[in-house]
Amino acid sequence: MSSAHESVQTFTPREFHRQAHDALGNPQIRANFRRAMDGLMAKRRDVFSDWDLETLRELGANIRLRALAKLPDLLERLEANCQANGIQVHWAENGDEACRIIRGICERHEAKAVIKGKSMVSEEMHLNAHLEEAGIEALESDLGEYLVQLNEQTPSHIIMPAIHLNTDEISKILHDRTGTERTRDVDIMTAAARAQLRERFMAADVGISGVNFAVAETGTLCLVENEGNGRMTTAVPPVHIAVTGIEKVVEQLRDVPPLYALLTRSATGQHVTTYFNMISSPRKSGEHDGPQEVHLVLVDSGRSNIYQDDELLDTLRCIRCGACMNHCPVYTRVGGHTYGTTYPGPIGSILMPHMMGLEETKDLPTASSLCGACGEVCPVKIPIPDLLVRLRRESVGEGRGNVPGAGVKRTKTEVAAWKGFQWLATHPAAWRSGMALAGKLQALMPSRLGPWTEYRTAPKPAKVSLHALVKRHQANKADENEETR
Amino acid sequence: MTARDNILKRLRERTDGPLAAPESDFAVVTGRDWSQEERLARFERLITSVHGEVIHTSHDGWTKALAEVLEAKGIRRLALGREHPVAAEARAALAEGDVSLIDADRDVESWRHEQFHDTDAGLTSTRGAIAETGSLWLWPTPDEPRLLSLVPPIHVAVLDADTIEDTFFDVIEAHGWAGGMPTNALLISGPSKTADIEQTLAYGVHGPRELVVLLRHAEERP
Repeated sequence: MSSAHESVQTFTPREFHRQAHDALGNPQIRANFRRAMDGLMAKRRDVFSDWDLETLRELGANIRLRALAKLPDLLERLEANCQANGIQVHWAENGDEACRIIRGICERHEAKAVIKGKSMVSEEMHLNAHLEEAGIEALESDLGEYLVQLNEQTPSHIIMPAIHLNTDEISKILHDRTGTERTRDVDIMTAAARAQLRERFMAADVGISGVNFAVAETGTLCLVENEGNGRMTTAVPPVHIAVTGIEKVVEQLRDVPPLYALLTRSATGQHVTTYFNMISSPRKSGEHDGPQEVHLVLVDSGRSNIYQDDELLDTLRCIRCGACMNHCPVYTRVGGHTYGTTYPGPIGSILMPHMMGLEETKDLPTASSLCGACGEVCPVKIPIPDLLVRLRRESVGEGRGNVPGAGVKRTKTEVAAWKGFQWLATHPAAWRSGMALAGKLQALMPSRLGPWTEYRTAPKPAKVSLHALVKRHQANKADENEETR
Repeated sequence: MTARDNILKRLRERTDGPLAAPESDFAVVTGRDWSQEERLARFERLITSVHGEVIHTSHDGWTKALAEVLEAKGIRRLALGREHPVAAEARAALAEGDVSLIDADRDVESWRHEQFHDTDAGLTSTRGAIAETGSLWLWPTPDEPRLLSLVPPIHVAVLDADTIEDTFFDVIEAHGWAGGMPTNALLISGPSKTADIEQTLAYGVHGPRELVVLLRHAEERP
């Protein structure tokens, strides 16, 4: 029953259906997610209650669109301003290249221990595994990420990585892995993690963080957090490496307050996070703390390909708040690991196909009832349901073919079936005789029709079609009228 | 071709052509027009809702309030700057007492262990605050370095009531942040916290467990 570490599993998007089936049968997982998502939805609703939310969302979408419209210029401006401030800027076409750049910086400093702030981009490129292969220990310091790492898992939510674990499971993990006393007291567990991690902050050679917003105008990296581990990671070790996707840039400093207001409220229903940390340079001469070196690694990993297409472009507006997963009826029931990808839930389903290709991820765009909740709560108004439909079309070869793996689900049988249906539906005579024949052969209709009949009875063509019934009825009526006249 | 060249080239030679950049209307994040009373009330309500503690004091008598806080919380070792009037006045007022004053204006490498293990609290000034979200804003300096408000288990921050503004956007605009950002600019809203263990709030996970705001009023309040 427990998902604690004795049952460590690996998940892959290829096995989405099997994994979803397993998760649906796991009452612990279902209870953990249901409780957490209900709480998050209620908190978001409350915190936006005194806001003109639609106007704010409109502004958020508009700021992100403006940033994307000027993206190449803004990236160059960000680079120039960061460099003028003393921040070293690196570019990576993909995750592997970014990993090599980061490892190179670590090796130049003979780093053995790296402390990490929360970074989904670093998860996306499997940075920890890469560093460990090079003999560099990478330790997560966000409490949720730390717990997930101790349990040899990956995050199940982009904001709350350990949301799939309950207090008992976490107590067991901390006890088994760090010798912390068995307790249900969250304060005791938190204090234990604090003590363990403080030693590691002091000993770390390099700190690695993500970035929430990179401001082109001033060359500033903004980090949003509650715990203070982000500030520790970016201020205690002698070297700070920030890693981010190329789409995270915004044009001006004044673009930041609206996005920050949307991010914290959408993510966790907070008016504001404990810390908003804006970094514009390494330690200057005369300053007494902060890293001597700051690096910014800009990662593409398929983003510039998404950028080519007017419809898909909207995917890049995302500010990674997680509201779409919090409100998704599918995510809430199957949990984050089921998706088998770095980003789960609706945003993952429209982002991961670009990063991993549709061969791997073809089931993800179908992991939605298209109820529309994700699009309705998105703080930057990404039309997620439309993008899910677009990717479904791409996966059966009916789109523009510009998503990796497009057409992977296209089968000759399906194409022929639809062609046949199209012909039948546009030829009334053939349709009527076909229907009449189907009615007569009703008994031959199989009672099992694949997954359709798992929870439903098979459809049975009527002996007489509705069309024929109406005709007969009208004829009878006409006869009656004739008689009464 | 470097990665940089390739990425920029792909972005510039966009298949669907250049994109139009919309103008933005920022009205929704500014123009609150709160009175000073509303600003104060809102600031206090929000920062206390996330476990910040607010102590009202007069501008002249604030060091007495500081001494009381140190006494009440059993703070024996206080780290602070030297040059900022807040630090200078605190030093003068505490010189005779039995609280050890720890110099924060030193290279962190020379006192890291002391800072992490043997400091009960850090005292800092603030540049101002934001009423809408209950946030303090700090630009750490050589006198009051960035770890002073983070590493010690209690953070005591001194705030002048007349420096509270309505929104974050207002602060950025009024103080011309875009014209010159410091090494590190911070908003601080309450003590460090986490809800990573089953959504249960716990304070003091990595940063301070307590945040005390000494809110100084220019005149004695009735």
